[in-house]
Amino acid sequence: MSADTETIDRFVAQEYKWGFYTDIEADTLPPGLDEDVVRHISAKKNEPEWLLEWRLKAFRLWQTMEEPHWPQVKYDPIDYQAVSYYSAPGAKDKDRPKSLDEVDPKLLETYEKLGVPLHERARLAGVAVDAVFDSVSVGTTHKEELAKHGVIFCSFSEAVQEYPELIKKYLGSVVPYTDNFFATLNSAVFSDGSFVYIPKGVRCPLELSTYFRINAAETGQFERTLIIADEGSHVSYLEGCTAPMRDENQLHAAVVELVALGDAEIKYSTVQNWYPGDEDGNGGIYNFVTKRGICKGARSKICWTQVETGSAITWKYPSVILRGDDSVGEFYSVALANLAQQADTGTKMIHLGKNTRSTVISKGISAGKGQNSYRGLVQMGKNATNARNYTQCDSLLIGSRCGAHTFPYIEVKNPSAQVEHEATTSKIGEDQIFYCNARGIETQDAVNMIVNGFCKEVFRELPMEFAMEAQALMDVSLEGSVG
Amino acid sequence: MLEIKNLKAGVEGREILKGINLSINAGEVHAIMGPNGSGKSTLAQVLAGREAFEVAEGSVMYKGQDLLELAPEVRVREGLFLAFQYPVEIPGVNTTYFLRAAVNAVREHHGEAALNAVDFLKLMREKIELLQLDEALLKRSVNEGFSGGEKKRAEILQMALLDPTMAVLDETDSGLDIDALKVVAHGVNELKRADNAQLIITHYQRLLDYIVPDFVHVLSDGRIVKSGGKELALELEEKGYDWITNGELQTA
Repeated sequence: MSADTETIDRFVAQEYKWGFYTDIEADTLPPGLDEDVVRHISAKKNEPEWLLEWRLKAFRLWQTMEEPHWPQVKYDPIDYQAVSYYSAPGAKDKDRPKSLDEVDPKLLETYEKLGVPLHERARLAGVAVDAVFDSVSVGTTHKEELAKHGVIFCSFSEAVQEYPELIKKYLGSVVPYTDNFFATLNSAVFSDGSFVYIPKGVRCPLELSTYFRINAAETGQFERTLIIADEGSHVSYLEGCTAPMRDENQLHAAVVELVALGDAEIKYSTVQNWYPGDEDGNGGIYNFVTKRGICKGARSKICWTQVETGSAITWKYPSVILRGDDSVGEFYSVALANLAQQADTGTKMIHLGKNTRSTVISKGISAGKGQNSYRGLVQMGKNATNARNYTQCDSLLIGSRCGAHTFPYIEVKNPSAQVEHEATTSKIGEDQIFYCNARGIETQDAVNMIVNGFCKEVFRELPMEFAMEAQALMDVSLEGSVG
Repeated sequence: MLEIKNLKAGVEGREILKGINLSINAGEVHAIMGPNGSGKSTLAQVLAGREAFEVAEGSVMYKGQDLLELAPEVRVREGLFLAFQYPVEIPGVNTTYFLRAAVNAVREHHGEAALNAVDFLKLMREKIELLQLDEALLKRSVNEGFSGGEKKRAEILQMALLDPTMAVLDETDSGLDIDALKVVAHGVNELKRADNAQLIITHYQRLLDYIVPDFVHVLSDGRIVKSGGKELALELEEKGYDWITNGELQTA
């Protein structure tokens, strides 16, 4: 056995430490998708008629749509009838827990094991967490403290019941149900997710965070997140995700909508660590996600930061529509494709207002047999006078079996707009590794050091608590990437 | 301390070192001189453990251990340090961070506690003063955008921090102006002790004006063809390498 295969074997044998399964009674719909399933999900959540109608419109449209195949990724056809579209922990006839005190201890244990303790004593200080387990939210921490500031942070299902007027006004306002194949599917069958509303002028006192966990087999997770930052408000939100190790692929098709009104700022960070599958491409999550924010008011700002280390396939383009004059969009991304992972990710910056500015910093790392593509659109509308974009797109290759690709699209309809694009590709060289070795540093540590240096610009955009975690995660995800 | 016996090594099947014999004791400074292509850098790389070079024959004992059996990172932790002829740039990796990782890797190997950032900075300041280096270098990425002289000085700083027992300096003088050469030589001399040794690899004699060797060896076509005291370097400077290589041809 060559040293190379040996290290990979070791990687597969021991890594992905989030790959455990929680054996818990669940209320799971049988696989398959038809109108009854959509109605069933809506009924489970006791939704108003208009929302059911919205879902059904989406479902009917979806049936006429074709799965997109333009991304630079390859996979076997997905059998949408083989997927279960709803799975909630707990017995069928039992009411959902009303507070964290009523939550099944097994669930609390699961989150504890994942490093996200929910119960009062051990909660993460300074961070409020909404924990989503398969199709439902199991609980949200720090709710009372947030309420004092008028901040709403709850599960999407709860928001539908408690704040229907906000949901009705904003649901689908950034990502309409007609948007694309996966967003339309999500609109039909979405089950839960997080809802955030920050009132006028409020600076949210805590970091808000949602932890997504896929547990049940043969289910898809279709969550929906909606964040509204009212005028002059400020919020920082972080999502994390993990799933058990399984041989079959699982589908995750989420939609995230962000709305920033005048002078508001939303910072949305993702540490995505879904199970990536093995080195032959068996198993892992298909992460087909639509994320978009709108800078609706003048001087508003939306910043996406993502660290994508997991998933077998990532298809994701967190975007910003810069409608308000002087609004700002930012996208900072680190995407890793190791093993047999494939990532096609980037952003869209749609400049509509005057003096709008956007920055795109994308760092793609390819290792193993990974394939990593950056795909980005910068669009300067005809009214986007003096709009500016700066894009920097760097690729780092480790080993000789991986690939990096860049697909930048630039459309400029206003002559005063400025667009800059810089791209580099580099390879971790044998000479760099040897130089580190000759200074006492082991090869794996050398690779981690070089990769972390490469990602630094993005990591420093993460909330402090998570920057360290992201770095550690990157180290673990790269283990065995060099022979 | 270092005992090289009949060392034969090469790259991609081509033999470059054709039987080197060399013995270095504690407290000694040895210089290896030789024309381009004589195998000087290959010897340095083989001692440091570069994989691309294959050892075909011979042995290298270092402090009673078989050096060739040790991984490159273990060699330096055991005190065998190579100052590179062409120090490698590592973009994005902060120099101070890199140096601390190196120092702590060595410390941990010897069962010593890792230095925290504050203690490390203190140690580094001490060495910088000793070597008269510009502290601003440490805020930049490893060797990135450094001038030739800055790179070589940074190598000597690394040597000072890692405090090797056997230091190999591979053409540390190449590309240096006379001022930089003096600074580097000063640093090397400051680090010399009775319990360590230095192997200076150089093409020119001028470094040896500032670092005075106890022994000079002439390397030609993969073999040490002449050894002597420091006066040998002067003789070489005067007569050129042809004197030796031709002489060898005549006796052969």
